[in-house]
Amino acid sequence: MTATTPNGIAVRAANVSRHYQMGSALIRAVDDISLEIRCGEFLALLGSSGSGKSTLLNMMAGLDRPTSGDIFAEGRNLREMTPLELARYRREAVGMVFQSFNLLPRMTLEENVELPLRLAEVDRSERAGRVREALEHVRLEKRLAHRPSELSGGEQQRAALARALVNRPKLLFADEPTGNLDSATGEEIMRLLAEIQRSLGMTIVMVTHERPLADRFASRIAALADGKLASDGAKAEVLRSSDVHRSEVQR
Amino acid sequence: MKSGDLGELAVRNLRESFLRNSLTTLGVAVGIASLVAMLSLGVGLQELASKRLSQSGLFDTVVVMTRSNLRGFGRPPRGDSSPKQPSPPLDPAAREEMEKLPNVVEVYPQIRFLTEVRYADAPYSAMVAGVPDSARSSGAFDGMQGRFFSSATADEAILQIEFAKDLSSQPSTLLGKELDLRYAERQALAPQAGADNRPGTNRNPAGSGFSIVPRQRKLRIVGIVETEPAAGFGGFGSGRLLIPLQVAEALRAAQTNDLRDIVRGTGGESTYASLTVRVSKPSQVEAIETAIKNMGFSTFSLLDATRNLRIFFAVFDLLLAIFGSLALAVATLGIINTLVMAILERRREIGILKALGAADRDVKQLFFVEAGVMGLLGGFLGVGFGWLIGQAVTFGTNVYLKQQNLPPAHVFSVPWWLIVGAIGFGVMVSLAAGLYPASRAARLNPVEALRYE
Repeated sequence: MTATTPNGIAVRAANVSRHYQMGSALIRAVDDISLEIRCGEFLALLGSSGSGKSTLLNMMAGLDRPTSGDIFAEGRNLREMTPLELARYRREAVGMVFQSFNLLPRMTLEENVELPLRLAEVDRSERAGRVREALEHVRLEKRLAHRPSELSGGEQQRAALARALVNRPKLLFADEPTGNLDSATGEEIMRLLAEIQRSLGMTIVMVTHERPLADRFASRIAALADGKLASDGAKAEVLRSSDVHRSEVQR
Repeated sequence: MKSGDLGELAVRNLRESFLRNSLTTLGVAVGIASLVAMLSLGVGLQELASKRLSQSGLFDTVVVMTRSNLRGFGRPPRGDSSPKQPSPPLDPAAREEMEKLPNVVEVYPQIRFLTEVRYADAPYSAMVAGVPDSARSSGAFDGMQGRFFSSATADEAILQIEFAKDLSSQPSTLLGKELDLRYAERQALAPQAGADNRPGTNRNPAGSGFSIVPRQRKLRIVGIVETEPAAGFGGFGSGRLLIPLQVAEALRAAQTNDLRDIVRGTGGESTYASLTVRVSKPSQVEAIETAIKNMGFSTFSLLDATRNLRIFFAVFDLLLAIFGSLALAVATLGIINTLVMAILERRREIGILKALGAADRDVKQLFFVEAGVMGLLGGFLGVGFGWLIGQAVTFGTNVYLKQQNLPPAHVFSVPWWLIVGAIGFGVMVSLAAGLYPASRAARLNPVEALRYE
C-alpha cells in the first residue's frame, strides 16, 4: 500500500486498533479509530483515563504499533516501517512531552536538551547554539547547568518542551503535559504550547482529560471513550458530546 | 549515535553508579591479574629453565667421538650403530674442519686426567678438567666465590667446593694461594725414518710411541665454584680442579685414551678422545650433527630433550591459563550481574532514550560500551596488579633462595604480548558478558519502559 498523506494532512489514522491480551480477556485499548490531523493544527485528544487516548498518541508518535489499521505520517505508513526507520521518525519528525516530564535526573538541563541532538548525530559545534535557542523558547536559558531536581515542576516541563523542540520536529505530541502541575503552572505551559504552535507553525497533538484547557487552547478536540472516537470536530460540537460523555461517566 | 557521544554517555553512566561499577571493574581486574600472574609465572619459569639449560650447555652442544669398532666402552650412541667404516682420527685437523662449519661457535677437546695435587705439602688426588674460555660468559660460573680465570693461558685454578673442603676447612681462605699440580707429560718419541709425522697422515703403527715424563706446575687458586658447573655432558662437569683449557692442552698430560691410541697405532700423534662442538643456537644442532656425521664421526646431542621441554611448558602454560581464567569467569558473571541490574534501574531512562529516537542499536551499543570500558579499565588495572603480584612472588622467592644460599632468580616475566593480550582479553570477555544485558536492554518496549517507576 502506498503510504502518502495528502497535502495539508500531518497525520492520518485509518481504522486503527490496538488490542492487548490480558489473560483470557482481550482489551480493546483503541478500537477502529480513523482520524486526520491537518498541518499546523492544535488537536486535543480528550477523554477519561482508559479511554485509549494515550495509546493512540503513542502509536502516532511511533512508540507503539497498531494491531490493525494504518497510520500515515511524513508520507509513510508507520506500520510498514522497520524499527530503525521508526526510531528515525521519532528522532527527526516528532517531539514528545510527557506528564511526568521524563528528564534524565543525572543530566543537567543543557545535557537533557542536547540528548536528541546526540541521537540525531548533529555536529558538536552546532549543538550549543541549538540547545540555547530551544531553551530561549521556553525561557530557561539561564538554567543551563541545573539538574532537573533543582527545578520546579513547571520549569521541568518547560525543559522537556525545549528538549522536544530542539530537533525542530514538525509534530509535537504531548501526553497530559499539565497532569503533574498546579492549574496556574499548567496554564503557563499551555500558553507556551500555543505560542510555539503559532510561532513555529507546528502540528500539536495533546492528550488531556481536562476539558477547560482543551477548550481554551486547542483548535480542535477529538473525544475518545472506550477506545472509540466519541466525537471529532469544532469545539462547540465537542462541547455537546463531552456533555454526553460526562453524563455517561456520571451514570 | 556517534562513537564519541556513545563513549561519553557510557562513561557518564558508569560514573553515576560509581561504587558498583568500580567493584565490578575491580572484579575484572582481579581476574585479569590472576591470569597475568599465572602466565607470567609460566613464562618466567620457562625462561629460567631455558636459561639454566642453555647455561648448562646441554642443548647447544654436540659431542663428537670416533666411530669405534670396539664394543662396550666407547660404543657409538643409539641410532648410530650401523656398521661403518672406521672414522678418520679425531685430531687437530678434524677439529679445524669442524670449526669451519657454519654456526659453530667453538670446538674444544675434552681434556681430563686424574692426577695428584699438592697443597701445603699434602698430596690429594684430583680429576683435572680443562675449561674453555667461553665458559666465562655462559653463566655456568655465576655465583662463584672468587673470579674466573684472568686469561685463557693463566696458570690459575678454580676448585670445586667439595675439593676445596678437602684442602681446607675454610675454603674461602684458599683464594690466592698456590698449589702444585703433578702430572705425567706425554712426549712423542722421535719417529722412525721414512715415517710422516703430520697429523692424520701417519697410519704406520710400527715403531711410534711416546714416553711419560713426570712434571709439576704451580697454579694459583682464583675461584671456588659453589655448585658444580654442568657445562655439557662430557664437558668439565665432573672435574674437581678446573684449569684453562689452553693451559690443559699445553700440559700435554697423558690421558686415558693415549694407551688406546698406541694399541690402535695412530702413530704417536695426539688425538682427542672426544671433541665438544658448541653451536650458536640449539635449532642448529641437528644440521651440525649431520655435517659431522658426514665427516665420518659419531655424534651425540640432547636434541630430543629440548623438544620435550617445549611440550612440557606448553601444557604447563595452558594449565596455568585455565586456573587464571577461573577468576576471570567469576568476574564475567559480575559484569553480567551489574549490567542486568543497571537495566532494571535504568528501565525508564531506556524508555526515554527510545522515545527521543534512540534505535535499538543505540541502546545496545551504549550497554556494550559500558561493558567494554569496564573491561578496558579492569584490564589495565589487572595487568598492574598482576605485575605487582609477580614482583612480590619474585621478592619472596629470592628471599627464600637467599636463605638456601642459592643465587637469585627471576621466576616472573611479563612480556609485552601478555600485557596487550591480557587487556584485549579483558575487553573481549567484558563485551561477551555485555552481550545478553545489551540485547535485553535494546529489546525493551518503550511504552512499558516509560510506564516503569
